[in-house]
Amino acid sequence: MLKATIVVKLKEGVDDPEGKTIKHSLNLLGFEPVVRVNVARHYEIFIDAPREEGEKMIEEMLRKLLINPVIHEYEVRVEEI
Amino acid sequence: MKVAILQMEGTNCEEESYMAFKEIGAEPEYLHLNLLRPGMLEDYDMLFIPGGFSSGDYVRAGAIFAARLKAKAWNELRKFVEAEKPVMGVCNGFQVLIELGLLPGTDGISDVPEAALATNESNRFECRWVHLKKERDSIFSANVPDRIVLPVAHAEGRFIASPRVIEEMEAQRQVVFRYIAPDGSKPDYPWNPNGSINDIAAVVNSYGNVFGIMPHPERAFFWYQHPDWTRIPRNRGDGYYVFESLMRIIEAKNR
Repeated sequence: MLKATIVVKLKEGVDDPEGKTIKHSLNLLGFEPVVRVNVARHYEIFIDAPREEGEKMIEEMLRKLLINPVIHEYEVRVEEI
Repeated sequence: MKVAILQMEGTNCEEESYMAFKEIGAEPEYLHLNLLRPGMLEDYDMLFIPGGFSSGDYVRAGAIFAARLKAKAWNELRKFVEAEKPVMGVCNGFQVLIELGLLPGTDGISDVPEAALATNESNRFECRWVHLKKERDSIFSANVPDRIVLPVAHAEGRFIASPRVIEEMEAQRQVVFRYIAPDGSKPDYPWNPNGSINDIAAVVNSYGNVFGIMPHPERAFFWYQHPDWTRIPRNRGDGYYVFESLMRIIEAKNR
């Protein structure tokens, strides 16, 4: 069994309104030193396939659904569990 | 003209759209994505993708709808667009067309998205009437007055693309409607409700047959859909003129 951990985040330079709102709220809660918050999406995908095949699938998943290359970048980690 | 109104889990406003098409003399039909079979699309003269929250807006608004449509009927859809049949997406439908790579379509059809409708600058769902300025005529806007008022209702409507794509779109005059302040000046928030680059509200592809619009014309088709309908006497909501523009094509087809 494979476990793929995928983090999809906004590219540097793409405005992150959700992060800004959270940063503002943290400041209001008294965490004044917080200067920036980036919000990302974390997927854990479990795949019942050999590693090579699984990795290929993940590439396809990213391309077909999980990211929009105009605004997103991603990190992938695959482990056997 | 047979119009397919594409549905899936979470679409909305399909009834308003159906009624709008009926009113202008088209033959609308609901078509659920689960019932879409090979060869079905070619029976239609126009494809309409309504608004809503398809698949709960999970992953990104419109992303799942686009991925499923692409898996089911990408080649047929390409042929549909290349045959220059009209395709229109409103709100969530616009998000789907962007994710499919059919819009902005600076060079026809793109295999990867060339733009994104990202989370509104306000980080909120924006629901209000906005003022729009028509930038050009197209089969979707020929009968529309220069200034109109339509409602928006979305959380992800901030049009983003690379400077190169934006430049190309502007050079090819692909922007059909821009947000504008009520006094006609450049809009700040809330008149640009989402922070779109160049106040972009609606675009058409380079062929001129695929149209995406964030505000909802079908929610302003009848004058009684407007909050002032009891105070100001008028015959039509401004959304009517978008559909009326399409009527020209229908009449040409029936001739």
